[in-house]
Amino acid sequence: MLYGLKIALRYLTASKSQTGLLIAGVAVGVFVFIFMSALIGGLAVFLVQRTVGDIAHVTIEAPARDAVSLLTESTGALVVQQRATGQRATLRTADAFLPLIEAMPGVTATSPQIVGNGFLVRGLATAPVGVTGVETAKVSAIANISKALVSGTTDLANSSIIIGATLASDLGIGVGQVVRLQSDRGVERPLVVSGIFELGVEALDARAAFVGLSTARTLFDLPQGISRIEIKLDNLNQAEAYATRIAAETGLKATPWTEGNAQLLDGLRAQASSGDLIKAFALITIVIGVASALLLSTYRRRPEIGIMRAMGAGRGFVIFVFVTQGALIGILGGLIGAGLGYAALSPFPVPELAPPGGLPVDVRQGAYGLAISLTAIGAILASILPARAAARVDPVSVIGQ
Amino acid sequence: MSPLLDVRDLVKTYGEGEAETRVLKGLNLRLETGELSALLGPSGSGKSTLLTILGTLMKPSSGQHVMLGEDLTKASDKDLTEFRNRHIGFVFQFHHLLPDFTALENVVFPSAVQSGRETAAARKRGQELLARVGLEHRMDFLATKLSGGQKQRVAIARALMNKPELVLADEPTGNLDRESATQVMDLIAEINQNEKTTFLISTHDEKIADTCRRQIRVMDGKAD
Repeated sequence: MLYGLKIALRYLTASKSQTGLLIAGVAVGVFVFIFMSALIGGLAVFLVQRTVGDIAHVTIEAPARDAVSLLTESTGALVVQQRATGQRATLRTADAFLPLIEAMPGVTATSPQIVGNGFLVRGLATAPVGVTGVETAKVSAIANISKALVSGTTDLANSSIIIGATLASDLGIGVGQVVRLQSDRGVERPLVVSGIFELGVEALDARAAFVGLSTARTLFDLPQGISRIEIKLDNLNQAEAYATRIAAETGLKATPWTEGNAQLLDGLRAQASSGDLIKAFALITIVIGVASALLLSTYRRRPEIGIMRAMGAGRGFVIFVFVTQGALIGILGGLIGAGLGYAALSPFPVPELAPPGGLPVDVRQGAYGLAISLTAIGAILASILPARAAARVDPVSVIGQ
Repeated sequence: MSPLLDVRDLVKTYGEGEAETRVLKGLNLRLETGELSALLGPSGSGKSTLLTILGTLMKPSSGQHVMLGEDLTKASDKDLTEFRNRHIGFVFQFHHLLPDFTALENVVFPSAVQSGRETAAARKRGQELLARVGLEHRMDFLATKLSGGQKQRVAIARALMNKPELVLADEPTGNLDRESATQVMDLIAEINQNEKTTFLISTHDEKIADTCRRQIRVMDGKAD
């Protein structure tokens, strides 16, 4: 079949301008495919980063204690224990399995927390607040509070508190000033505002406050255990798999971020589907372009095909020559389009570092191999129809021309 | 000894019903190895149809077509293609070279398409054949850069590439001037003499036919 390859190459090089235009057309199609992959993928990274970047990817909590029958069925279930509305599920054995979770590959950060609600009071002003007690060194482990600080520090030692910028504005307080925190357990403590952050999420900026873990124990009357453990992963798309694994290994309730963000996931899926549709159209354009060009070539070369058949070339040989032309056009166009795509996308910063208002294209998500493979396969499929037409050329009908 | 070619009661009809035209009407013909024969006859007598059938490019409607002991009327398209490649050479009136290939590449084609590649041995034979037809200085010229006579000589070299037992030539000199036509016929006669290759040449030209040792006349679908 080496000889068939030679004939295919000769036909392609004999019509340089036609072949050049054809390869350019394929390359443009591949470029569109790659650019759309990078744009849709980059947009997804950008949206997830902006939306989910400051929340836990997996959250471990103690399982809820449901009502349990106190008597066996045979004796009659007359008495049950009801869940107390004020009961708090706590993780009392967190110290035992925390090292196990931290050792898992892909886990980038863990943050044991005590959470509760309360009111921040300053003078006559009062504001409801969700309080998170964290280890001093892990204040920025989940939400990047350090990066979001607009004033002060993230120091949580010595009865300090970090609050959101909207909350600080509502209460009219600043860094260094004292505020009283009344917890829902009836404990009240004066705290010094050590830092003010602005994450850009109104719910957090207006209602969130961070205190040290020991302060939280006092405020929420929890001398032992913790409320939950928040976990961050290097690949947030793996959250469901990690949650399943952690739940299986610890027997605790592990919730992936996806459970609380169904609408975002739906949006991302719809976006991905739109991108797939555009990519499919790009591929269809390539296939139609290659097929029509090769059909024209087949018609133009009918006399030569007839002579080849008369000289002893089988139908299979003729099919091979035309399919090889399609494959070469697809591979060359694919490689050029992929190269152009990479060159065009490279100057853009990755979505994680994209400036506000910038195009969130992700050069890493260009799907270069897929684009080249699909284009080559598409071009080969596109060449089958013209190749079969060529193989059906009757030598007798063209020799007399 | 069996003949190289033996056709009996060959019939070929085109069309159906009222449009049916019978071109060959029970034609019989035998060719022995080493013959140099001219096929004569007016236009529409069935010469070209006969050559097409003998060249296995078309099957007869009925009758028997045997070459080298093989009954070709029963062979499949694939078998006929292989048989044609190995045992039959063609020279056409309009040479029909591949325009994007050099003279040498055109000559080597029948061998390369058989083996799947251009072997060194094939290229050597191709060069020898081109030298023999006086075109050693035009081997690397594209077919489109050759004159009419040169193209026809390349076509003869190509027809001989696979050392076929039979070469069918359809008006090989019909498109050439008198001098080129004489050169081509001298070449055919020389090859026939030296290699015992059988030639069957279709022509209208009585002078060309006179250079052949046997004249076969086709009239009204039959050979005399």
